[in-house]
Amino acid sequence: MILEKFNKTFESKARLGIMSVLMVNESVNFNSLKELLNLTDGNLATHVKALEEAGYLSVQKEFIGRKPNTLYLVTADGRKAFEDHLSVLEAFIKNS
Amino acid sequence: MNEHLENLKEIRSLMERSSKFLSLSGLSGISAGIIALVGAYFVYAKKVEITNNSNPKGIFDAALQGTDFKMFVFQVACFTLIGALISGIYFTVRKAKKSNEKIWNNLSKKLLLNLSIPLVTGALFSLALVQQNMLWMAASSTLIFYGLALIFASNYTVRDVFYLGLLEIVLGLLSVIFVGYTFLFWVVGFGVLHILYGSSMYFKYDK
Repeated sequence: MILEKFNKTFESKARLGIMSVLMVNESVNFNSLKELLNLTDGNLATHVKALEEAGYLSVQKEFIGRKPNTLYLVTADGRKAFEDHLSVLEAFIKNS
Repeated sequence: MNEHLENLKEIRSLMERSSKFLSLSGLSGISAGIIALVGAYFVYAKKVEITNNSNPKGIFDAALQGTDFKMFVFQVACFTLIGALISGIYFTVRKAKKSNEKIWNNLSKKLLLNLSIPLVTGALFSLALVQQNMLWMAASSTLIFYGLALIFASNYTVRDVFYLGLLEIVLGLLSVIFVGYTFLFWVVGFGVLHILYGSSMYFKYDK
């Protein structure tokens, strides 16, 4: 059953969105992600945490002046997992 | 099934929106082209006035009759550039407001940086050539450097800009070979091409 191949980490729309943005950008900060995906702070933080725990993204903290700026980057594992997930999605759509 | 299709579409759109500045308006191109044509008309009229020769070939013959013409072309070029920039920014800001996009974000910053490095280099290089009285070379190099600037910038915006850049470079190189027709290449590169690409972008993305 092809459905078993779906990656559970990417089940939510928000997580798919976060990964999509990270795939095409070197790094993205918290606020840009929030604006692009129309999520609340808490919501985004939860999803980012889940992806970080899965090892799909890495977090970099830096300061711009006195303001903290959190950057997110996709890891090699994350890139691979997301690409696999997309292939499964595509195959699923083609076959149905 | 529909849900997966929706997801794929959303992924595609997010990838594009997050990596490309899409508020660039076709009207910016059209207005820049029209302003360039007006500027070109002034230069041409001045040439006819100085040389009494209405052939647009050999536009810089007019510069042989003293330095007035050189200064005049320089001034027109400055006004054209400023006018094109102001109108370009105006239409792009307008489009961004309409689609509720922020105008000053990471993407527009990257776009501007990538555009301005080759552009400023080209401007300084051309000025140096003017200083050395190599006017036709200066005109060609403005086209070439502008083309390079567009190609750099195209990484952060719509693909059309890449092809426009290529065409500008080709025109610039041709104008070095076909000496004497610099003015016509310049009119096509900065006037006609901007209007054509601007219109095509307007109908493709702004409508």
